[in-house]
Amino acid sequence: MSRPYRLLALVPVLAILGAPWCANRVEPRVFGLPFLLAWISGWVLATSAVLFLVSVLDAREDRADERPHDGAGSQS
Amino acid sequence: MSNAAIALGLMTAALLAAFVLSLRFRGAQSLEQWSVGNRGFGSALIFVLLAGEIYTTFTFLGGSGWAYSRGAPAYYIIGYAAVAYTASYWLLPAIWRRATAWRVISQPEYFARAFNSTWFGTVVAGVGCFALIPYLVLQLKGLGILVSETSYGLISYEAAIWIGTVATVVYVILSGVRGSAFTAALKDALVLLTVVGLGIALPITLHGGITPMFDTLIAQRPEFFVFPEKGLSGTWYVSTMLMTVFGFYMWPHTFGSVFTARSEDAFRRNAVLMPLYQLVLLFVFFIGFAAISAVPGLEGAEIDLALLRVTGQTYGPWVLGLVGAAGLLTALVPGSLIMMTTATILSRLITSLHPASAEREVQIARLAVPLVAAVSLIFVFSRDQTLVTLLLFAYAIVTQLFPSILLSLCCPQRANALAAFAGIVMGVGTVVWTTFARVSLPSLLPSMPSAVTDVNIGVLALLMNVFVLGVLTVLLQRPRIPTDHTG
Repeated sequence: MSRPYRLLALVPVLAILGAPWCANRVEPRVFGLPFLLAWISGWVLATSAVLFLVSVLDAREDRADERPHDGAGSQS
Repeated sequence: MSNAAIALGLMTAALLAAFVLSLRFRGAQSLEQWSVGNRGFGSALIFVLLAGEIYTTFTFLGGSGWAYSRGAPAYYIIGYAAVAYTASYWLLPAIWRRATAWRVISQPEYFARAFNSTWFGTVVAGVGCFALIPYLVLQLKGLGILVSETSYGLISYEAAIWIGTVATVVYVILSGVRGSAFTAALKDALVLLTVVGLGIALPITLHGGITPMFDTLIAQRPEFFVFPEKGLSGTWYVSTMLMTVFGFYMWPHTFGSVFTARSEDAFRRNAVLMPLYQLVLLFVFFIGFAAISAVPGLEGAEIDLALLRVTGQTYGPWVLGLVGAAGLLTALVPGSLIMMTTATILSRLITSLHPASAEREVQIARLAVPLVAAVSLIFVFSRDQTLVTLLLFAYAIVTQLFPSILLSLCCPQRANALAAFAGIVMGVGTVVWTTFARVSLPSLLPSMPSAVTDVNIGVLALLMNVFVLGVLTVLLQRPRIPTDHTG
């Protein structure tokens, strides 16, 4: 895989889909919310953060692809 | 002034504002301009247009109603969009690149081109229209609920649906996509204001705060805030979420917004921002939870009234009118988009049989709008379902297009119209049969554990679709002629 950091995007997805098994409880409460609701909401927030990271890295890779003759140091 | 006059007055003002905004931007000449706004929207407008599809009357009334009546299973609504946007980061640019290269502006055209088959495009158009009808019914039902509730019962539910439908038809005919983009901005501002405001204020007024509200509710029914063992269980949650994610971008009108993008970067930015937008649903849930003790006893289709009932009862007609105005726009904007999409698809189908000038196409599309509305009205009056169940039915249908599109993106040279058609027929057939014959998995397979039978029927249909598509794609592949390697 040419851009392995893209696998990061899978983490929030798995956490949200796995909620009934890894977070199906009321305690501990987070900011007053029942744990299950806090878990899902927290990972929705994390989705944005992870996709932002991926998009920044993608933009950098895209620029690197556009200048193929820059050699190995083109990432900086 | 009476309560009804205040609340209805505020709603009428919102409706007039929507009309004025749409009139400012009228004057489309060709069908492409009418429906896609000339493929030149920047990121901001795309964002608003796509957001317009999230905040429908479904989230507003249906989401709070489900939180009120079902508890934890409602959380799927907050989670699915995050998963769908993650998928969109890769899916939408891939579709956009092909659509732009082929110069297609609608979903049926995309499919016809990808599968190199005009009749298959027609089939896809049919499936799209079929799935859009319950989605439109949902918006019209929402409008009916809003108008009749804010009139304090003065306007009957049936009359309210007529008023709402006529308003939507007028709005669509007056405007094209630009009108809906600017109204969408107004709508989003109003929805944010009212939902966040009520989501914070109602728990404070009724319980003394969000934490004390959950303290009370958890003490009464701790099991309400986790997934149950049976029924709307973890299996149901995951399967419903997957079905919704796969269907999310299969809507003909969502496809429409994809075509309006100027560059693929817009999709990446949206994928980053949209999950944040989705968190507003937390406040919708707070409203639903606050309504549990304030307006107890709503059952069946009545749960969709929870938000309006608790607002009217707690804060009176001015706030109810404001909420009604926001709600009206959450039904009007997506409702108009859906009507316009259906009308555009229909007019393209008609003109593909009898080629006509661009001007004539727009005329036909406009004439098709009231027709689409009339068909939907039949269903609004004849079926007694909640907003969430209507949406899940619509999704189960539209998701059936996903395997074909995935095939067209992953291995375009293997795309076979006949195989895709058979898969879609299998999937849609399964959904329709189980829905209308009222067949459920637990009754079909009584010996299986609920961990299996709670699976959303749409996912089962999807699996059968994939199976048929896969087998036929392999079988129908032309035997490979040994190619010469001279090149």
